[in-house]
Amino acid sequence: MLAQQIVNGLTIGMIYALIALGYTMVYGILKIVNFAHGDIFMMGSFFGLILIRNVGLPFVVAFALAAVLTALLGILIERLAYRRLRFSDRIVPLISAMGVSIFLANLAQKLWGSEVHTFPKVMEIKTYTIAGMTFSTVQLLIFGLSIIAMLGLHFFVNKTKIGTAMRATSISITNATLMGINTNMIIMITFAIGSALAAAAGILVSIYYDAVYPTMGYTAGLKAFTAAVLGGIGSIPGAVLGGLILGVAENLGIAYIAAKYQDIIAFCILILVLIIRPRGILGKKEINKV
Amino acid sequence: MLKIEGLTVHYGVIPAIKDLNIEVPQGKVVCLIGTNGSGKTTTLKGVSGIVKAKAGRILFEGKDLTKVDPHQIVHMGISQVPEGRGVFPDLTVLENLQLGAFIRKDKKAIKSDLEEIFSLFPRLEERKNQLSGTLSGGEQQMLAMGRALMARPKLLLLDEPSMGLAPIIVQEIFKIVRRINEEGTTVMLVEQNAKMALSVAHYGYVLETGEIVAQGTVNELKNDDMIRKIYLGIH
Ligand SMILES: Nc1ncnc2c1ncn2[C@@H]1O[C@H](COP(=O)(O)OP(=O)(O)O)[C@@H](O)[C@H]1O
Ligand SMILES: [Mg+2]
Repeated sequence: MLAQQIVNGLTIGMIYALIALGYTMVYGILKIVNFAHGDIFMMGSFFGLILIRNVGLPFVVAFALAAVLTALLGILIERLAYRRLRFSDRIVPLISAMGVSIFLANLAQKLWGSEVHTFPKVMEIKTYTIAGMTFSTVQLLIFGLSIIAMLGLHFFVNKTKIGTAMRATSISITNATLMGINTNMIIMITFAIGSALAAAAGILVSIYYDAVYPTMGYTAGLKAFTAAVLGGIGSIPGAVLGGLILGVAENLGIAYIAAKYQDIIAFCILILVLIIRPRGILGKKEINKV
Repeated sequence: MLKIEGLTVHYGVIPAIKDLNIEVPQGKVVCLIGTNGSGKTTTLKGVSGIVKAKAGRILFEGKDLTKVDPHQIVHMGISQVPEGRGVFPDLTVLENLQLGAFIRKDKKAIKSDLEEIFSLFPRLEERKNQLSGTLSGGEQQMLAMGRALMARPKLLLLDEPSMGLAPIIVQEIFKIVRRINEEGTTVMLVEQNAKMALSVAHYGYVLETGEIVAQGTVNELKNDDMIRKIYLGIH
């Protein structure tokens, strides 16, 4: 029972982690919370849904194409809603982000209606029992794809030239520019990767819960934001850790307290972290830039 | 090589430098000396495009840098070692040096240049896998200089390399500045430490509250009564 709850918690935790990566990467570079990120995740789900259900593409192709389209959406949002505000007060891009969030949720409603869409069947649903724990094929898909995405990101950020430039840019845009790095390009790449990961999370969770709807980005976005803060916003391993902890905590809460408290748990964690340890588990002390 | 013509930079409405005219000939070391707040850093930021010119031109090999994107200026052959070194503290020494060569694609030559930097600064090689934030101030200065050299710049801009360092380290750093110049890199050096700056430069400018108040060859400046009194402390 406990082990099963942990497996279920880790499954949804992977989803939170994938979304949290986008929050944390954008925050790491621009020091802004992209509150439209939950809606980017929702758009990714819809892109996946439309490409499979309406266009009839095979799952793998639709998955990749939806990630690319969502990445482009992320780039567009940065260009239109954030770039000009880069040197203004922090509250300004935050307001802009909320505007984008409201716009996307309404756009989705206009385009695809406010009802809950079911997700087409993309694979044979089977379950396997190992050591008393049950895994569904969907869960295995979520684990597999999430882990591949996270390892790929880890390799990219730490071992490639562009990844190193990205880390330098998140330390200091000015000093990165002095290396000849086109920091606008790096910021675009950051939005693209974060958005593509959100699309992956969106499609996977839509298969898992068999539901796609325009407001699905709100709670998922807030929970992933909680995960990012819990792990330490700005930290990539922190986002993964925060996501997994949150997923497990929620499932234990459902099992041992009551299902109706599921959403409350995340927000209690958020408030506790902000009070006790605002920099999160792996986050660095906030250094005031002179 | 570099010709600054009538450069004016404002922060808000306040001018930090006014109508500066500075020339840096190829192969030379030109220093810009002045007290804290006189506008030295602003001048170098202007050349690197980090601050925007309100008026004037900055000609590098005939091209006006005020119309070039800041990161492209590095591609054109100008590298800056910023005030306070500007190393990336969470990155290793090696990663910092590799970022210096970000604009280059000649992998083999980058590798041999790295060896050269390590022979110039042996302490960096010993610490290459260490996070650069854990280095001492002197080592960070060496790293920042080595990193700038990894771009193979034609013109190296140095902003107060002596700042906050022990005299013996300052000596060492300036020896290396001279060596870099002897190997063919043109240097524009900004310093509060006028004595050290005049010991390596060929030509110098004196900046006070954003304006050039004196200029000349190093010998002329060293024999100028005002400079001896105010900047060199000789009476
Ligand atoms: N970012 C900034 N915003 C406003 N004023 C600035 C800024 N940077 C420098 N200044 C002002 O511009 C003037 C020149 O500064 P700076 O170029 O840093 O001088 P220096 O390098 O010679 O010490 C000073 O009066 C300083 O207070
Ligand atoms: Mg200065």
